[in-house]
Amino acid sequence: MKVVLEGLTKQFPPRGGKGEGVTAVKNFSFEIPDGKLVALLGPSGCGKSTMLNMICGLEKPTSGKIFFGEDDVTNVSPELRGVGMVFQNYALYPHMSVYNNIIFPLGNLKGAEKMTKEAMKERAERVAKLVQIDRLMDRKPGELSGGQQQRVAIARALVKTPRLLLMDEPLSNLDARLRLQTREEIRRIQKETGVTTVFVTHDQEEAMSISDTIVVMKDGELHQSGKPQEVYDDPVNLFVAKFLGTPAINVFDGRAEKGRLMIGDDAVLDIPGVKDGPVKAGIRPEGFIYDPQGPFKCELDRVEVMGRDISIVSVNPACEAPVVRSIIDSDERPEEGIKTVRFRLRPGKVHVFDAETGERIRPDKQ
Amino acid sequence: MPVPADEDVKAMIEKNNIKAWLYLLPALIFMIVFMVYPLLDVFVYSFEEGYNFVSQRSGGTGLYNFSYVLHDTYFLQAVRNTFLMVIITVPLSTGFALLISLALSSVTKVRELFQTIYFLPYVTNTLAVGLVFMVLFKKTAYSDGLVNLLITMFGGKSVDFIDGPYWAKMFVMCFYIIWVVLPFKVLLLTSALASVNKTYYNAARVDGTGSMRVFFRITLPMISPTIFYLVITGFIGAFKEYSDAVALFGTDLNAAGMNTIVGYVYDMLYGDSGGYPSFASAAAIILFAIVLTITSINLLVSKKHVFYS
Repeated sequence: MKVVLEGLTKQFPPRGGKGEGVTAVKNFSFEIPDGKLVALLGPSGCGKSTMLNMICGLEKPTSGKIFFGEDDVTNVSPELRGVGMVFQNYALYPHMSVYNNIIFPLGNLKGAEKMTKEAMKERAERVAKLVQIDRLMDRKPGELSGGQQQRVAIARALVKTPRLLLMDEPLSNLDARLRLQTREEIRRIQKETGVTTVFVTHDQEEAMSISDTIVVMKDGELHQSGKPQEVYDDPVNLFVAKFLGTPAINVFDGRAEKGRLMIGDDAVLDIPGVKDGPVKAGIRPEGFIYDPQGPFKCELDRVEVMGRDISIVSVNPACEAPVVRSIIDSDERPEEGIKTVRFRLRPGKVHVFDAETGERIRPDKQ
Repeated sequence: MPVPADEDVKAMIEKNNIKAWLYLLPALIFMIVFMVYPLLDVFVYSFEEGYNFVSQRSGGTGLYNFSYVLHDTYFLQAVRNTFLMVIITVPLSTGFALLISLALSSVTKVRELFQTIYFLPYVTNTLAVGLVFMVLFKKTAYSDGLVNLLITMFGGKSVDFIDGPYWAKMFVMCFYIIWVVLPFKVLLLTSALASVNKTYYNAARVDGTGSMRVFFRITLPMISPTIFYLVITGFIGAFKEYSDAVALFGTDLNAAGMNTIVGYVYDMLYGDSGGYPSFASAAAIILFAIVLTITSINLLVSKKHVFYS
């Protein structure tokens, strides 16, 4: 089932009835394609959880519409929307066994949908197998590890075979190792069930690694959406460029001069068609090619060895951050004892942005 | 570093032990003098027949005190009264408190005002409240009391709640007890309800859980430790009921037929029929046995129904 969000806006009333309220989501339009895994990505406080709450019905939008398939569900209460939700802290009922937690949503069914005990058991066992917790059915949530609790929460959200699965920061309560494992798991479960899934995260790596589509948000507004690789390769503005990628993109204060990008006194790249004036230049760490004859000079700080690659940490006065991080092949490491490193740049990895607005400036194709 | 010999370790532990006891000593002394010794003493008194405070002598040991107390109609009356008060007031006050707290936690606007109103009886003197009850219920030469005024207004027959029939007195008594214990219970239950994580309710809502099912399957288990605490302390408090009866019916509770077990113990020690520490001790031990039994039953029941996170 596809989900269409049309001009969603959510305003929260001001505290104590005075002053201005907070606009958590501003005029947000997006279509979540059927059967895909979509990540709502943004820094904390950007309104992504509010978005999720509006989709599941816990919050009512101030204006705008939500469609599930062809149905307008904007004013439908959460229990009638047929969504499964995994909460950030899982919200497993601590006094119930895993089994009772999973069948709890089934117990709410009434009338013709009412299920027998046997049918519930069968259903619960099927989802428990899917998330691989079928041997933990008698335990209490408190006796499970974080990863196992997460699986129970997913099982409980899936047991009613929802039309849409929502997850609020599903991995934030797990340690680094489990996070890797669980995100694969979420991908697998989503593929196996084919349920349209939306998850919220502030971790770009998490979002990039498993989702079909990412939606980058900031201050309640949609900045960019698309396939993770496309968004990474082709950011529409400085915020998106900065938010995606580890190590982060290196941002320099530069100038456009006669179709060339100047950083300091170095003309580092041809950017035909860009109007002369100050610009911001974002260079991905993998956009640097170590070249003793290259045009871009930096003071070498240190070289970090990471096995396959090495990371050259250098200093350039035009850089926003104290150091410039570049990742290059380990065969090309600079000789010992040099003070200045020189680079060539890969054109596709350098993005030019307006110095004021941060909007992307696209040079003419050569 | 050389490994210390076993002897050394032993000596060290012993030294530490002595220190620990030394630190505990002040508290222990107070506990023993003011709690353990009197407890044991009561136990001893209860088996000494005809103990006399003045001569500090008794006429021998045996079970006569218990036999006397258990055959004393005043005592039996006190036991019946106490049990009635316990059985009526504990469930009712806990239930009312739960209803009030649920109502309080669902309103947002005037909640603080109501919370204050419900908490007022807790900070009001028992005897002052007793006086208010007099105005409400007591028949005097000038007035029948507010409640009787209302009863007669609706065509009923006026009842003497303070000196009248047993059920009327018991009604006022229970009303009074519930009124007095309610604020504390409301206070504890509202904070227990407030401490239940809201996401549980959100999760239940998304799953389409009805409000009754939310209450019985989620809210109630989550606040069960508080309820259990209130039931246990409620039972113990109600069994020790005395001052509230005095506030309503005066000091001669036997005459009013509204005596309680603690009242009986007091009467045996200091009342008009006082001077019988042995009987008083035996009655106190019986009360102790009753409270112990009830609390043990409560604990057993709670194992199954109370959830501690």
